[in-house]
Amino acid sequence: MLHSPRMLAGLWAGKTAIWLTRRIGHGGTSFPGGLGRRIAPGLLSALAAQLKQGAMVITGTNGKTTTSKMLAEMIAASKLTLTHNRAGANLVGGITAAFIESASVGGSIASDLGVIEVDEATIPQLVREVRPKGVVVTNFFRDQLDRFGELDKTVTLVESALAALPPQSVAILNADDPLVASIGRHYKGRIVYFGIDDRSYGSREMTQSAETRFCRLCGHPLVYDWFFFGQLGHYRCDHCGFARPQPKIHVSQIELKGEDGSAFTVHAPQGSWRVELSTPGFYNIYNALAATAAALRLDLPERSIQAGLQGYRTNFGRMERLELDGGRRAFLALIKNPTGCDEVLRTLTQNRGPKRLLVIINDNAADGRDISWLWDADFEALAPVLPELRSVATSGLRGEDMALRLTYAGVAADALTYEPDVSQAIAAALEMTGPDETLYILPTYTALLEAKTALSNLGHSPRYWEE
Amino acid sequence: MVQNDRRALRLVHLYPDLLNLYGDRGNIITLLRRCQWRGIPLTVERVSLHDRFAFADADLVFMGGGSDREQTLLFQDFQQHKGPALVEAAEAGLPLLSVCGGYQLLGRYYRTHTGEEMPGLGFFDAWTEAGSTRLIGNVVAEAPLLGEGMGLVGFENHSGRTFLGDRGGIQPLAQVIAGQGNNGKDKGEGAVYKNAIGTYLHGPVLPKNPALADWLLARALERRYGDGSLTPLADRWEQSAHDAVARRFASR
Repeated sequence: MLHSPRMLAGLWAGKTAIWLTRRIGHGGTSFPGGLGRRIAPGLLSALAAQLKQGAMVITGTNGKTTTSKMLAEMIAASKLTLTHNRAGANLVGGITAAFIESASVGGSIASDLGVIEVDEATIPQLVREVRPKGVVVTNFFRDQLDRFGELDKTVTLVESALAALPPQSVAILNADDPLVASIGRHYKGRIVYFGIDDRSYGSREMTQSAETRFCRLCGHPLVYDWFFFGQLGHYRCDHCGFARPQPKIHVSQIELKGEDGSAFTVHAPQGSWRVELSTPGFYNIYNALAATAAALRLDLPERSIQAGLQGYRTNFGRMERLELDGGRRAFLALIKNPTGCDEVLRTLTQNRGPKRLLVIINDNAADGRDISWLWDADFEALAPVLPELRSVATSGLRGEDMALRLTYAGVAADALTYEPDVSQAIAAALEMTGPDETLYILPTYTALLEAKTALSNLGHSPRYWEE
Repeated sequence: MVQNDRRALRLVHLYPDLLNLYGDRGNIITLLRRCQWRGIPLTVERVSLHDRFAFADADLVFMGGGSDREQTLLFQDFQQHKGPALVEAAEAGLPLLSVCGGYQLLGRYYRTHTGEEMPGLGFFDAWTEAGSTRLIGNVVAEAPLLGEGMGLVGFENHSGRTFLGDRGGIQPLAQVIAGQGNNGKDKGEGAVYKNAIGTYLHGPVLPKNPALADWLLARALERRYGDGSLTPLADRWEQSAHDAVARRFASR
């Protein structure tokens, strides 16, 4: 319950704004929260404090949304209720909006738990307002450097947010990312590490887009026994002794099954169990591990953890399968930074057969104004499937830049088309896609929202705020 | 499209693992492709910490931008080993492209917020002072060096303010129409001295500015073979990506 008139005014203004923005066909994912906060700055704190069992916060560059949704599934499988910014609006406005929506008209939050996905720049403020039970840090990669300046600053920001956590809280860190694990070095509270022990995937050599091969603590080169992707792997620093912490929650016996997902065994102090994940992509194993670690911290039963992962279907543009007629297949996969994009390309090239590609690049604030990352992403990895590509199109505010990038990655300049309008580009691509062909739509964040709206207008996908 | 040109070139990518902040790799891809499309064999050598290299053998050098932390890691190695040899070769006309951090390292000094001066190599008669805010955004500029009415487009993200002196006839690479450039004050963007370029247009500056890529290639061919002629390329998407930026950001 909220007793202060000001808080109630903020809540009601937010609720009205959610209703209004949806009426005019937007998701209403962050503006209503911002409005509520302008009227009542303490609104989020007041609402979050009512969660019966507290909140779990998920941050890092890639995998925030997926990890949050997997955890939400596990919580749902435990028959607990939840407040969650599930549309992926992860700045303070969007998070507040999710709480406003979850609250009753009188300002009561009835949920047992909160799952909050948060942008790395927002986490210091969020930790102050919502005193969470734990923070999950997935990984650190270059993303939106026009906002953060440098990746080092992002890491430092998250490190300082952890230092402000309440003492009973726990940091859940990716052991395989030296940038994430390095922040555990000075953290005074409790830490749970997660990581992959199985070396059947990955390589002895570093791939193109690793962020660093130098120790963040002393500046000397890291020695790697194994790389999974980017800078993630089994590493140590022979100079200062920093090394990959032995993860308490880890994975073995990985089996990748292309677009059908993967299977693996999770080991935790509570026991071991086999997981079948229908969500494709090696990186999703990390997301499943992170969600499992968070669920164990929330004392969810093993049965719910398993059921949550088993029931998890990719949605919201994370290799999301679209329902098409006539045996045609289409996938929607968000790309927003080099490593995430490389992993999407890796999954795409695992599928052999006729395919079509539509890449939609925007440079709005939420995408990052700077699109330099297109050149760090390894579109050259498309080489083996170039003969199978029946068409390649680009769209969005930076569609011409994307066409240029693909030209230098080996797609013939004459084979490319550019359609500035996103909904027309999608309609044309769907129209073209024949039986037995697979269409891949790869949008940036705001382009994904546009794509979702266009697809639902064409009758292909639910509205994103209803998922 | 492949022409039959056997004039081979050697490109040196300096500190590729440390100076790789924003899509710097795009410049290497661009130089490689534009040579490949013309039948010019181009080899890329990655030269990093503790590597030895004789710059007299190089035809073209690229140095990208790095984070403060990673620039600190290479500072000594560059000052003591590679820098002086690079400067000697560049003074003798070696074509060079340096972006952001690389550009600053080749200047006279970098003065930090606390007034500390980190010496540069002094190849460019330029100096940099730390600013309190970052200059971030799209840039549209005019670059007469590349030909009549030729523009330069890109993205900048730097806190350093660089000022040019006049020793040896150093010139700004371009005049900004939109964006901040070297220091946000004098409209100058980047620097040209002999065959060396410094710029704040970070990361993939060459893909959308094919005229700049070809300027570097032509200088390299001229120097090695006495003939800098290049077969023109169609540049369809290069041009449309370039024009899209100029249209969107220069009209304000």
